[in-house]
Amino acid sequence: MRLNVPISVGGWGRFFTRWDVLAVLLILGLLVFLAEASRHLLQPLADLQRRPVSLNPANLPEYAARTTLRMLIAMALSLLFTFTYATLAAKNKYAERLLVPLLDILQSVPILGFISITVVFFMELAPGRVLGAEFAAIFAIFTSQAWNMAFSFYQSLRTVPTELVEVSQNFRLSPWMSFWRVDVPFAMPQLIWNMMLSMSGSWFFVVASEAISVGNTTITLPGVGSYIALAITQRDLAAVGYAIFTMAIVILIYDQVLFRPLVAWADRFRFEQEPGVPPPRSWMLDVLRRSRFVDRLTLPFAKLWRRLLLARWGERAEPAKRVPRPRQRAWITVQWAAVVAVLAAVALWQVAHFVTADISPGDITNVLLLGLATFSRIVVLIAVASVIWVPIGVWVGTRPHVANLVQPIAQFLAAFPANVLFPVAVSAIVVLRLDPNIWLSPLMILGTQWYILFNVVAGAAAIPAELRAVGVNFRVRGWLWWRRIALPAVLPYYVTGAITASGGSWNASIVAEVASWGDEHLRAYGLGAYIAERTDAGDFHHIVLGIAVMSFFVVLINRIFWRPLYLYAERKFRLG
Amino acid sequence: MSASTLLDIQALRQTFPRADGGELLVLDGIDLQLAQGQIVGLLGRTGSGKSTLLRSIAGLMPPSAGSITYLGQPVVAPAPGIAMVFQGFALFPWLTVLENVQLGLEALGLPDAEIRKRALAAIDLIGLDGYESAYPRELSGGMRQRVGFARALVVHPNILLMDEPFSALDVLTAETLRTDFLELWGDGKLPIKGVMLVTHNIEEAVLMCDRILLFASNPGRIIREIAVDIKRPRNRLDPQFHDLVEKIYVAMTARTPTPPVIGTTPGTVATTINTILPRVSANILSGLLETLAAPPYDGKADLPILADEQHLEVDDLFPIADALQMFHLAEIEGGDIKLTDLGRQFVDADTDGRKRLFQRQLLSYVPLSAHIRRVLQDRANHVAPRSRFFDELEDHMSTEDVEQTLRSVTAWARYAEAFAYDDDSQTFSLENPT
Repeated sequence: MRLNVPISVGGWGRFFTRWDVLAVLLILGLLVFLAEASRHLLQPLADLQRRPVSLNPANLPEYAARTTLRMLIAMALSLLFTFTYATLAAKNKYAERLLVPLLDILQSVPILGFISITVVFFMELAPGRVLGAEFAAIFAIFTSQAWNMAFSFYQSLRTVPTELVEVSQNFRLSPWMSFWRVDVPFAMPQLIWNMMLSMSGSWFFVVASEAISVGNTTITLPGVGSYIALAITQRDLAAVGYAIFTMAIVILIYDQVLFRPLVAWADRFRFEQEPGVPPPRSWMLDVLRRSRFVDRLTLPFAKLWRRLLLARWGERAEPAKRVPRPRQRAWITVQWAAVVAVLAAVALWQVAHFVTADISPGDITNVLLLGLATFSRIVVLIAVASVIWVPIGVWVGTRPHVANLVQPIAQFLAAFPANVLFPVAVSAIVVLRLDPNIWLSPLMILGTQWYILFNVVAGAAAIPAELRAVGVNFRVRGWLWWRRIALPAVLPYYVTGAITASGGSWNASIVAEVASWGDEHLRAYGLGAYIAERTDAGDFHHIVLGIAVMSFFVVLINRIFWRPLYLYAERKFRLG
Repeated sequence: MSASTLLDIQALRQTFPRADGGELLVLDGIDLQLAQGQIVGLLGRTGSGKSTLLRSIAGLMPPSAGSITYLGQPVVAPAPGIAMVFQGFALFPWLTVLENVQLGLEALGLPDAEIRKRALAAIDLIGLDGYESAYPRELSGGMRQRVGFARALVVHPNILLMDEPFSALDVLTAETLRTDFLELWGDGKLPIKGVMLVTHNIEEAVLMCDRILLFASNPGRIIREIAVDIKRPRNRLDPQFHDLVEKIYVAMTARTPTPPVIGTTPGTVATTINTILPRVSANILSGLLETLAAPPYDGKADLPILADEQHLEVDDLFPIADALQMFHLAEIEGGDIKLTDLGRQFVDADTDGRKRLFQRQLLSYVPLSAHIRRVLQDRANHVAPRSRFFDELEDHMSTEDVEQTLRSVTAWARYAEAFAYDDDSQTFSLENPT
């Protein structure tokens, strides 16, 4: 199945609208607000952990369970967010204009830079401090999961076939009923696919969010992430190995017990069946479906669900739809404009106050230069990864039996949090005395390169047999074959994968540009390292500056490079 | 309005908002009544607004002006008692046959037992017994549309709206479904009181309807009402049936004065820059000209016979005939199509000769092509962006119509080598690649 493109790609030409400007302003305002609030709250929170994390492997199952629980709670919150935010954006024209750019900017905000700010904020909000740290970790995981799910759901809601919408209107389904009967089922396959991606992506942040130090406060939550952090400080390579092994097991269980069955189950919601693709299967789902016990157990829930589904909530009064009169419509517009203006003013005030307080023009230039350094790293890395994975992906994708083997492995590797491998890499750099400016860089793309691979595999597999036969028939070989057949055919898929990889790499730079092994600290010149160091120092003003500049880079690249490239590839090279 | 009137439409007008903020008139001056026990057909070409009318009746589009009254109540939102059958079936792939049929009843909030009873009865009536637990993808097209019918009938609507319900089916399946439907209707087994059927198939209209309303385009309006007084069950081979089909062909191809287009003199018949051009390729035009020139037609054919023998649907045939007439390569009169002298010249010419002749006709009779060429000639580099013409046309027609019109004129100009178009840069130019 193909990924949906993770950025907003509406329309040529307008690459930055006033709604984008407003979205940037609002997010910046919120960041500043949180940072300011947190700064005043920050006090020594020395002995947070009542029970310190230990490196005893026997504790790992418990840690893994705790980590997993955090991720599941975050996933539930992300679903809630998706169903409300994306639905509002898709159904309300006024809301849509602001909510979509807001989401687009939000997903470019580096989550890792965010954690430090939210940790302090949540810890002071919560009654018990441990609970606050838990909230902060869950929130960090949530921010790594929610945006792309909401985006996918929004895009699905926008493409529900007109006839289905008309059926639900014609048979007068209540909004509640048509949401669960029409909208959610239609969006389900794409949503589940994005949930899987979100889950994969969030492993990365789990590791980073369980053990975090802000200023002189160190917060450690029992979990796999803090276990790894401890192993790194204690230079315990064996412990790192145990952690990696545990992760692999957990990811495998997740895949087999949760996502495979979900994917197999959601196949029935596929609106268009791709011919020749066998339906996904799952042994787990088969077991659940055939078991009488499970049947009996779920029956009451199924009944309850049906009651809920048929509940006549949100019913339109008779006569149902009233078209607002011009004057009424104008009034709604005025109200809406007023709300937006107030929000914008508050955000603007926050940002202005903040900028004048502690940021000098020199700071900004410096951070922009750091951003350029990270940017050039990412450009080189994406280029290198493309040169390596595109040919391999095409080779694999055009051989179905190989693709069936490689595809799940690539997905597993994408789910695997690359930062647990950092200790291995860092010790190698230290031992071999390599330049961290160069050799730390590959860590940024370690986890995200797989998106390029499995998208290209999917694209190559989708080349129609007839087109390949033409190639054989006319003896199109070698470079000509790549230039005329393979590369154009996979381009739309490649672009989608590369956008995901590039966005992910920016985020990863915050943990990849600084790395340590025991008391050995490595640091590369770049924006990621800057944010990480400011976080350690508890310097909120400069964290916000770093985050803002990084978001700025990501949005700018998306708008002036990826979006046009995506639209071009879609228009020119989309098959069928 | 008599007591038996189910639906009463007065001076209905529907407009869509246009890109420039203006309005596009889709339906104008529609008056019609549906009486109990009647099947009324809405017959017209694509784009004549008949589907828009059906959706207005279904309450999916509130009227821009005029009124739709159903049993004395104005229709501004989906009304209970009006159910619809869709062209593309519109079944939910994630619901079984039974669940699809139950949907409308669930929305009514009926008790579970009754929902089940009524759904099973509808499934039984429509001949879907044994398919209750199947998913739509497991069914053939005909069976899927039966589910569409069962889903509509199960809510016991007073009015059944059918939007080209048989056009996505193959000929044999469509005929079976029509016959089954008419049989149930004739026996009074259907829980409905009146039917409105949208179709572009003339024979289907004559076979099924008590009254047929003929639609014309731009804006969509009723040009004629024809009562069908043939005894049921009707036979396609009946001379009376054949005569009526012929009569409708004549009515549908008769030259009606083109409605005034903004910026032109009212009442002119000629094509203007703002005319929506049919999507017909030069290949199809030559194909039909050759067919017409050859025996058995020898330059003249009866349209119903031509449609039948060449396996062309009315929706395919009429645009081709229109285009030929526009290029003055053929003439249509009294339900016949006749080759002109130029048309014969075209058939006899070789490829280059055909292209030259086609270019002359294109530039003379399709003002848009002459306009584009003139603009290109006036510009120093002989290049103009597509958007320039797109914006110009968009003031007078819907975005889809602009797309179609520009595609058509581009395709014709390419064949005629009148000017070139580069899709990468989206520009027209006078230079063909050398």
